[in-house]
Formats: sequence, structure tokens, C-alpha cells
Amino acid sequence: MSDKKMMVNGREIPFAAGETILEAASRYDISIPTLCHLKGTTPHGKCKICVVEIEGERELKTACNTPCNANMVIKTESIKVVADRKKTLEDLIASGNHNCAASSAGNSNWTVFQMAVQQYDKTDDLCPVWGDCKLQDLLYHYQVTQKKPSDRKQPFQKEIVNPLIIRDFSRCILCGRCVSACNEVQVNRAINFGEQDGREKIVTKNNTSLADSDCVFCGECIQACPVGALVEKKAAYQWRPWEVRKIRTTCPYCGVGCQQLLHVKGEKIVKVTGVENGKPNEGRLCVKGRFGYDFIYSDERLKTPLIRENDHFREASWDEALDLVVKRFKQIIASDGPDALAGVSCARSISEDSYQMQKLFRAVFKTNNIDHCART
Amino acid sequence: MTNSFGEFSRAKMFFVIGSNMTEAHPVAATFLKNAVLKGAKLIVVDPRAHRLVDYADLHVPIRVGSDIAFLNGLMNVLIKENLYDRKFVEFNTEEFNSLKQKVSEYPPERAADIAGITPQLIVDTARLLASVKPVMLCYTLGITEHTCGRNNVVSTANLQMLLGNMGVECGGVNPLRGQNNVQGACDMGALPNVFPGYQAVVDEKARKKFEAFWNVSDLPSQNGLMMPQMMDGLVSGKIKGFYIFGENLASTEPDIHKVEHELSCAEFLVCQDIFLNETTKFAHVVLPAAAWSENDGTFTSSERRVSRVRTASPPPGEAKPNWWIFKEIARRMGQTWSSNSAKEIWNNEISMLAPALAGIKYHRIEGDGLQWPCPTEEHPGTAYLHKEGQFTRGKGAFIPVEWTPPAEVPDEQYPLVLSTGRRLYHYHTRTQTGRCEGLNDLLGEETADISREDATALNILDGEKIKVSSRRGEVMVKARVTPEVPRGLVWMAFHFREANANFLTNAAFDPFTLTAEYKACAVRIEKL
Repeated sequence: MSDKKMMVNGREIPFAAGETILEAASRYDISIPTLCHLKGTTPHGKCKICVVEIEGERELKTACNTPCNANMVIKTESIKVVADRKKTLEDLIASGNHNCAASSAGNSNWTVFQMAVQQYDKTDDLCPVWGDCKLQDLLYHYQVTQKKPSDRKQPFQKEIVNPLIIRDFSRCILCGRCVSACNEVQVNRAINFGEQDGREKIVTKNNTSLADSDCVFCGECIQACPVGALVEKKAAYQWRPWEVRKIRTTCPYCGVGCQQLLHVKGEKIVKVTGVENGKPNEGRLCVKGRFGYDFIYSDERLKTPLIRENDHFREASWDEALDLVVKRFKQIIASDGPDALAGVSCARSISEDSYQMQKLFRAVFKTNNIDHCART
Repeated sequence: MTNSFGEFSRAKMFFVIGSNMTEAHPVAATFLKNAVLKGAKLIVVDPRAHRLVDYADLHVPIRVGSDIAFLNGLMNVLIKENLYDRKFVEFNTEEFNSLKQKVSEYPPERAADIAGITPQLIVDTARLLASVKPVMLCYTLGITEHTCGRNNVVSTANLQMLLGNMGVECGGVNPLRGQNNVQGACDMGALPNVFPGYQAVVDEKARKKFEAFWNVSDLPSQNGLMMPQMMDGLVSGKIKGFYIFGENLASTEPDIHKVEHELSCAEFLVCQDIFLNETTKFAHVVLPAAAWSENDGTFTSSERRVSRVRTASPPPGEAKPNWWIFKEIARRMGQTWSSNSAKEIWNNEISMLAPALAGIKYHRIEGDGLQWPCPTEEHPGTAYLHKEGQFTRGKGAFIPVEWTPPAEVPDEQYPLVLSTGRRLYHYHTRTQTGRCEGLNDLLGEETADISREDATALNILDGEKIKVSSRRGEVMVKARVTPEVPRGLVWMAFHFREANANFLTNAAFDPFTLTAEYKACAVRIEKL
């Protein structure tokens, strides 16, 4: 840290060379709201919500991409700043289908407003991320309400043709977090800013559906989306944030060991996200980590012990099945010795299970014929 | 891995050999790509031009199974042109002269001839490798799944010691392990030669320690059988009772017809799993187990990080945690084990027995987990091994190795090489991913990936059903004609039973590790 300092909201804070106002301020828990900024990616100041007032500057500056300068005097919540943020939020809410503000439409034309929103949305439901939306949080924080249904052009058609990701352009605020997530975080380069019918849109190459693009369905864009424009198809309308517990766990697929948050409603995982700032994945997941959880609830799960009878299995109690296993293993040990038994453990299950199995073979059966698939 | 995933985004150069990281370890690959975007160099050594090649400064498309010749060729150039780390070699290694002697037999011309590339490419690769320090070497099963797998691994270590890239951040030899807890299963001693914590079963002191701790006597003193030997034993009658926990051997092992015959010979077969699968068909008893999110416990990742697994919901029906099932069998055979949860098993047994895990207790791994070695409860864990070039045995020993061809090479009857691996959208035999909504829509069937040249020669169109056969079996499968695959190579996965590559693969094994040669056998393709 250099000895350079600046003033933020009357408080002196040091900063490092090249650091942005947002970075320096957040280190001192001075909160500046953001929408388009995605940590670890190039800030572009597009959404303008992070504006701050710098003494001596005529225009407000976006904190995410303005470098700190010595002796800057900054206000992060001045009257001018707040007014500007409110204006930005009003424009954002009017730019698309954000019916979360419907209830605050206030006066006598509420019904008209609601009808118009539903007509536009083609659904009676609230936005799928109601209660889990950065835009909604900011609207509430700055007490911005939608006065009338906006005068919008017909939104681009919602994309639901791929199996995993819903792209609802009517709720997209063109902040570009998904673009940063795809290009700079996961580096899959499947989506970018583009145009359709002369209007800005987040597009794949040639504006195809995700399924026909370079998309590998890691879903990083969903995790980055601050609004309801990108949601998991499996999770849409299955949950609300206040209904779920979040449980941290480790991904069951490859050997990277990504840390996941399971969003669990009742006894069911409804959604999986990466643990932001968790090691080793820093919030990232792949397609299997994000979408490969529902095998757990398959009807085909084994639910009782099974014992072979001629060419089929019959259901059995644990006592019966385990007594049979023990009886047969004991017979084999008695007739052929312990080394006539062999076992393979599981490289997918928890370590404690493998420990128990090798202990069973060594300490109880008295054989070292225990292995697993590490060699194959 | 000697090093950690956290170092990827800071690394200066990567040497990736036999690793299709973007599909098999996608999140690891994102950090590598981040580094490349920031200017890190990337050398990809692989017969296929898989997606990582798009980001590479150099792609070296060596022939399947020629790794040792290529690596010896590189070391030949590094030594001849004096590009190696002489200080590291002098102070931290031994047996340099025997390595030098061996690699002198692999001048670029000879190595290139074996590897199917130009001698200049070997020279260029060596010079690029030596231009940056440190270099992070990553490999996956492209190195190990060969009859010379152990020697392949030794070669990668030789190369990194020669370059002085060991014992430093952003360097090392980094095998990306294929399964979430294959590291943990090894650490736990689910291996025929070691107790938990890699303590040899032939060592009397280790046996005494475990006898005292487990309160038993006469622990077996000879190494047990490795899995392929167990399978042979089923046929010879040496093995009568076989206990398979969470493995689908009838689809994952090479030469499925042979494997199924072996399994059918078992006098008594117990399978413990979460679904019926191709292997449970041969079982006499099937025990229903709790799955991933129905357990509390730990996984240990490739970077030796012990992380928590937590329960989201109870197992269905009568299914039970695996640790409980093993404990219950022990009890019925007269031994009462006191630990009654995964946490008690770890805290009271595993961390007491395995010195490298001694400092890891559940209360310490609530968040990011800990990387072993972690010998005491104050120890912060170890991000990279062999710090300052100090190896476990003292000095690092170069082990010169000779190139050997795969056990089965193409001939007139079977003129192509089959190599196998995994694809992005599925995992192994699809027992799990096949039951996840959406994933089958993204990839619904197996393909045989072939080159444009071979497709043209046989008049095969992309998407056309073809027959792929080896000496061991045949499958009907859709051809995927792709520039990723070089002429002479057929590439397949083992996700779909209908066209599982393991009907074709060769049950030939590395003599040290008994790892099968999944990466090379001879096949023929035919238009139907």
C-alpha cells in the first residue's frame, strides 16, 4: 500500500497505485452500489449506478473504473449522486419488464398497470427472482417506484429452447455482467454485446440460441445476472429466497473440489451456485457442478437391500441382507482363508467411507485385498 | 498435485500434456485461461486439438503413446543446449548422469520420428519451455492410462526437475485427478499396500501401530491384490467373495466382455450402490447406500484439499450411509467400532492415524478446507510440496526411462488407434448425470470422433452410424467427423452403454501400477 491518500465521505483513506475508487472504498467498507461491475473483470462503467461526486469535477464519475488520485475529495451519497442514481434506476425500470415495482405503482391506475405488465410478461407470476434481485434491492433502497407501464418496444423473444437456461430479454438491463462472466471469468466466449433490429442485445455469435452456439452451459452468466434475465430452467418458479436454506458442500464430480452452495427448500435441492470467494473455485462452477444434482431424487434410487433369487432380486430387510453377507464371507474365510475375499472401494464417496471399508477388510476380514479405481 | 489451483491464475507458463482440461476439469481450465489472457504462455501436448489448443502458443500433436520419446527428446535438447537449471540439478537432485546418458539416445530426429512430429518442433518446445521460469506442468489420464503410465509420470518429473521447476509456486508436477475423492480414497488406504496415510502394510511398526489403535491382532503382513488381479482371481478361483462399493466395473473396466465373464465367476458378489447398474446384474446381494448430498463427510481434491460435504436431505427409503453399513458388518463379525458419524471417524481415527492429516479436524474445515500435509492443529496446511527443492527422500532422483510402444499397435487388420476419455456433459457411466434433467439433451449418445481424412477415405459422413471393432468387440456408433482428431485416430468416451468404448479397449496393464491402457488400442472402422 502506498502512502497516497484521499478523502471519502470525510474520511481519509489510503489507496494503492492503479486502484479504482470502488476498490479502495470497498476495502474500508464504504459501500457504493454496483450493477454492471463483476469482481475480477474489466470495469466499464456502463450502468452508471456507482457514480460518485468528486470535488472540482463537473460531472459525476463512475467509481468502478475511475482510478484514485491523491487528494481527491469524494462523496458517495451526496444529493447530486442520489438524484442521479434515482434517474438511472427510473430509466432501468422503464427499459424492461420489472413488475416487482407493480405494487408500488400507487394510485388509482394500479389495475391498469398490473394488467399491462401481465399482458407484456405473458405470465401471471412475479419475476422469478423477486426477492433475489440487485435491481429490486436498489429500487427499494432509493425508493424508486414505477409510475406507469413503460412505453417499450416489443421485447426480444424469450429463449427457452435450450434445456438449462432461460433467457428473458424483457428483464435484461444490458449491464453486461453475463458478458464479463462468459468472456473474462470462464473464458468460453459464447456471448457478447450485439444488436438485433437496431437495438442492443446480448447475443451469441450470429445471434443463435445458446444450444446452437459455443455455450457450454456452465451457467456462470446466471450467477452473474443481477436481475431475472437469466435463470436456471430447473429452478425457475420453484423457490423464493426466503424459503431456502443455503448449505455449503463440495461438488461430487471431478477432482477440482469446487465449493457449492446448495439452495435447499424443505428437503430438496432446488438450485446450486458457486461459493463466492471460496477456494478453489472462487464462485465458479461447470455444467455438471451447477446442473448435475437431481440424480439424488431419481425414482430409480435403491431403497431397500436386495437379495438374488434365481434370475431376479427380491427386497430384503437390512438384518436379513447383512446376516447373509456375514454368513457367506465367514464361510469363505473358513474354507479358503481371508485372502479369498477382495473388495473395491469408491472414489466418489466420502473419505470416511473408504476408511471404514479398508478397516473392515484389514481389521475384521484380515486381508489386504482392498483397492479402488485409482489405477483405472 | 504438488501445487494448487489457486496458483493457476498467477502462473507464467503451462505445459499441459495428456489433459483435456476444458472438458474433464472445466473450472481448473478457466483459471488457466485467465492466466493466458493475462499473458501466460501455454504449451499443449496432445494428439487431439481439443479446446485448450485455441489458447495455446504451441500445440504439439504427438502420436498416442509416444510421450516418453517426446519428453526424452525435449530433455536431450535442454541438456545439449545448456538450457536446464544447473544449480537445481547440482544441489537438489541425483543421478543426473544416468538421465543424461539415457536422453542422449533420443536426439530430436529420433524422438520426432517416434512422436510423429518434426524435430524442429521438439527444439522449439524445449527452447520455449526454458525461456520462462517457473513452468507449471499439468497432466491427466493421457499420461497414466498406458502400459508405460508409470514411466510417463517419471518422465514428467524428470523434466520438471531438470528445469528446476519443483518446490516453487506456480511450478510442479500436477496430475488433475479424475474423481472428486480419488485422492481421499488413496489417502484412506483403500489400496492393497498401505494403511491410511500411506503407511506400508509390510512394515511391522506400522502394523503394530494399527493393531494397537484398532485393538486387533494379526493384521495381514503381505500386500494384497490390485483390482485387475482380483478380477483374474475371480476366474482362477483364488477370489471367492467380492465386495464392490460404488463402482460400475462392468462398464468402466477395459474389455467389457472379459470383465463380465470375470464378474459372473464370483461365488458371492456384494454390490453397495445408489442405483442398479451393469455391475449389479452379477450381484448376489445389493446394499442401498446414501449418496453425495445425503452424507456428512469429506472429499479430498487433486490439490490435497480436505473439504466438507454436507447433508441436504436424508437418503431415500431404507438406504444407509456407507460407513454405517461397514460398521454394521464389523459388528456382526464380532468387532464393535465406537465412531458413530463421519465426523467421529475423521476426528477420532483418521487424523490420529495419518500423520499428514493430524492437524485437520472438522472444526478447522468449516470454510475453505485444508491442504495436507497438515501435521499439527496450528499448521496452516501446505499449498505446494517440496519447498526449496527438498524432496521427501532428500534429493530428487532422476530415473531414466526408455520409450515403449503401446501393447497393441495398428496393423493391417486394425489400422487405427482408439483412444478414450471423458466428455463435458457426462460423467463416467452416466449413473448420475444420465439422471439429471437437461444433461442428456446436451449429449444424448456416444460418438466415434474421427478425422476428416479417414472419413473421406471411407466415405463416411458426419453423423452416420458406423461400426468400430477391435480384437475384443464391436460397437455401432455415430461418426463425429472433426478437425480435433488427427488422421489415424478414433476417439470415444465410455458414458453410454450402447456404444461404450470399453467393449473395444485393451486389458493390458502397466507392470508397476496395473493401470490399463485405455488410451491406446487398435481398431477398425467400417461404413455400414
